[in-house]
Amino acid sequence: MDVNLRVRRYDPSGDHKPYFQDYRLTDQPDGVTVLDALIDVRENVDETLALRCSCRSSICGSCAMRINGQATLACKTKVSSVSQPGATVTVEPAGNMPVLKDLIVDFEIFWNKINDIGPWLKTEGPDPEREYIVDNDKMLNLIGTVSCIMCGACVSDCTVLAADPDFLGPAALAKAYRFVGDPRDAHKQDRLGEYVQDGGVWDCTHCFFCVEVCPKGVAPMDWILELRREAEAAGFTNHNGVRHSKVFAESVQEAGWLDEARLAMDSMGTLKEKLSLVPVGLRSFLHGKIPPTGPFHYKRPGAEHIKRIFEELEAKE
Amino acid sequence: MKYAFYPGCVAKGGAPELYQSTLAVTEALGIDLVELEGAACTGAGVLSERNPELADTLNARTFALAERHGLPLMNICSTCHGVMCQANARLQKDPAYLERINRHLAPEGLHYSGNTIIKHLLWVLMEDVGLDALQAKMVKRLGDLRAAPFYGCYIVRPSWVLGYDEKPERQRYLEVLIEALGAESVEYTGKDKCCGFPILTMNRENSLKMTGTHVLEAQTKGADLMVTPCPLCHLNLDGSQVEASGAVNEHLETPVLHLPQLVGVALGIAPQALGMGKNMVNTRRLIEQFSH
Repeated sequence: MDVNLRVRRYDPSGDHKPYFQDYRLTDQPDGVTVLDALIDVRENVDETLALRCSCRSSICGSCAMRINGQATLACKTKVSSVSQPGATVTVEPAGNMPVLKDLIVDFEIFWNKINDIGPWLKTEGPDPEREYIVDNDKMLNLIGTVSCIMCGACVSDCTVLAADPDFLGPAALAKAYRFVGDPRDAHKQDRLGEYVQDGGVWDCTHCFFCVEVCPKGVAPMDWILELRREAEAAGFTNHNGVRHSKVFAESVQEAGWLDEARLAMDSMGTLKEKLSLVPVGLRSFLHGKIPPTGPFHYKRPGAEHIKRIFEELEAKE
Repeated sequence: MKYAFYPGCVAKGGAPELYQSTLAVTEALGIDLVELEGAACTGAGVLSERNPELADTLNARTFALAERHGLPLMNICSTCHGVMCQANARLQKDPAYLERINRHLAPEGLHYSGNTIIKHLLWVLMEDVGLDALQAKMVKRLGDLRAAPFYGCYIVRPSWVLGYDEKPERQRYLEVLIEALGAESVEYTGKDKCCGFPILTMNRENSLKMTGTHVLEAQTKGADLMVTPCPLCHLNLDGSQVEASGAVNEHLETPVLHLPQLVGVALGIAPQALGMGKNMVNTRRLIEQFSH
């Protein structure tokens, strides 16, 4: 089969700005991966093309890049799975990290964030003579997060990091859960106190990008949400995120559906924040945004059953 | 064509124009709706974050209400849609879990068998009505208009609970629909990104920056309007566009329409009947363009 690649090239030492270069390969095997094709280009067509790779088996995490706009491992992606026969596959470097050359990005940002969460076991008391003994059951919750191969695909496509480089981001926060959830770690409370600060768990928007692009099924967002639950349970409740979550649940429990105005107002922790809602509230009113059922938040028919379900399942929790 | 209609909280609250335009468009297309008056909020991802089983139970209850009518379910919110599809996937995958959840529905005489079909209005238009039937009812081609699609996260991710493997064409439904209505679909990177709304109360700066970035990109690419199937995105893209201008230090003024508002215009429904005056970013100039 023929493979057509459109590769984003950029050498900061010489190029004014990035540009796309097209490569065409013929007689490629049907199962050719994007990485196979890129290596073929580098070996046989254009030796100036820079890319990073190692194991070619989705283990080392070196070849994360954007293929047709979405981060993934080039070694795990068959050309035939991302394009119709003969169609062009667009290959770009991973996002949210500066390009060193072509498809190689600088991972310093990535590693700094990992370092920021304290990625080592913090134990208390004397070390055991031999290894720590832990019940198997107590480690099962960590299987998801330890599957991370640090490829940076989630960081590349995180929509919050694109807006705010100070966000700890999906990879580091999933790693954070790996220690919060580890029964050997004695600093869970301190850790959670750190992770709920600005740039931490409450800055995630739930956009599912990290879940979608992770090549190892880590689902970082799920661990961020787990950290939120752990933090609230540990008493870190003075946060708009916690207020938002609580008021949301109360509103649905009481009436069966969400009272948006109350949610917005009661989520805000300070008067200044509450006042920031006034302009948009006023604009809504002036534009005649009156709910079709009237301005008052009525109870849905069957609200008593919704309330009962809450009581049954919240108690169980 | 008949559906159990799940409008969601925002269409019945802060975005009445979405409810209004949905009713107008479905009527024009001959789609019968039976509104699920007693259905609960899906939880919008917030309840499932607090208590996954609780959220799944509330959604199972809604699916059971649709099942009682013997109808597929239609929603009009990307977020509701995604949350429902995620819940349905969990319920369908694990019969023991479904059975456990059904115990909480039994006191109300409800039971969910796991078979409710869930469709967003966008999917209904593209898959059930079909472009041929839609175009046959069009009275106005939206020529000369450039519309930037904005999906909303939950109708695109995670792709495996939204049937994208079986129907990869779902990735471009908005673009295809826009073009079918005679307008030009604006290509830009923001179309499937997050609008920032979920963190508006937690990190307002980031939230507004996200919205501002996407509106600015669409505007810079020459969009006359943005169109979204998600009322939560609409709250930010339209409702907070003034504040988002400040966040990106650019003047933003791009009207943002709900999906049925755009479709409604092509069907010849009067802008007023589509609630176009309730959109926060002024749609007057757009309405003038529509009338050409």
